[in-house]
Amino acid sequence: MSKFKNKKNTQLPEISTASLPDIVFMLLFFFMVATVMRNDTLMIQNMLPYADQVEKLDTKLIMNIYAGKPNSRYRDMGSEARIQLNDKFADIKDIKAFILAERALKRPGEVPFLITSLKVDKETKMGLVGDIKKELREVQALKINYTTNRGEAKDNFNR
Amino acid sequence: MARRLAPSVNAGSMADIAFLLLIFFLVSTTIETDYGIMRKLPPLIEDSPEVVFKKKNLFQVELNQLNQLSVEGNLMEIQDLKKAAIAFLDNGGGSGDLACDYCKGDKDIESSDHPSKAIISLINSRETNYETYIAVQNELVSAYTELRNREAERLYGVSFIEMEENLKDGRYVGNKEELRDRVKKIQSMFPEKLSEAEPRNQ
Repeated sequence: MSKFKNKKNTQLPEISTASLPDIVFMLLFFFMVATVMRNDTLMIQNMLPYADQVEKLDTKLIMNIYAGKPNSRYRDMGSEARIQLNDKFADIKDIKAFILAERALKRPGEVPFLITSLKVDKETKMGLVGDIKKELREVQALKINYTTNRGEAKDNFNR
Repeated sequence: MARRLAPSVNAGSMADIAFLLLIFFLVSTTIETDYGIMRKLPPLIEDSPEVVFKKKNLFQVELNQLNQLSVEGNLMEIQDLKKAAIAFLDNGGGSGDLACDYCKGDKDIESSDHPSKAIISLINSRETNYETYIAVQNELVSAYTELRNREAERLYGVSFIEMEENLKDGRYVGNKEELRDRVKKIQSMFPEKLSEAEPRNQ
């Protein structure tokens, strides 16, 4: 009889959770190292197109110009594609001032190496992109990069 | 003297704190998309000089408002564009001064004389989708890259892409000056002459 009683009373040892923080910290460090802080809050849709003839961008000498339709939170801006510079909606004519302001922040030696990265939503019409390019030519910001996702060109039409 | 054991600190909530941090980083960061097609815009010149070239040296690519692609006046699918561009660039139909000794094309006298003379002109409408435009740009750039790779393989035994990567790589152990000259030479064999007109208002 006592034999049975003894067995019932033995409790399972508690599982130690002391190493759980270590595991979580490992994950945390992975994400801290692998990601870059987003410096602009996007107010537009920004699905980039796909391309495979791409080059990597040096992350320091970049000016970002975003374009696309206002996203769902900014419906009141209309459904026409807009430009976003820094954290604000902007007009075509604001681009020049933006480029000059960005240049003023950099050291003079770095200015010739500045690249303008065009992060344009795939549904945007080329008219807007053409206008942006024209403004860039007027301020002599000639190095541009059509920022894309990496994939084959035909991926663009597979939807 | 009885030895007192130090009370152990409960580490159970440590995981919660770490999870909080982890979730913060997950939400606030993105894996940056820093890849793209590099292009150089032409400088704005008030009165551009008249450039004289033969019509057969021009490869006209046009995108209309319905995202249809037309090459030299004929409708074409985007996947065929690369082949057509390569055939045009690599044609080498010239003779005498303009003879091209490394071209492997058809030597059609109706098409381009020499890769250094061949110009690709890309015209798009204001209503063309950016997506289609990028796909076309991508195909045209890949035509140049393929030809450059072929010549680099033939002359130096490495692909052009690899040469360019080595040039950027700080840890490359070869002769960098020589490599730079080689890259320049390949680039001059197939110079990227991609002209873009102002978008058409249709």
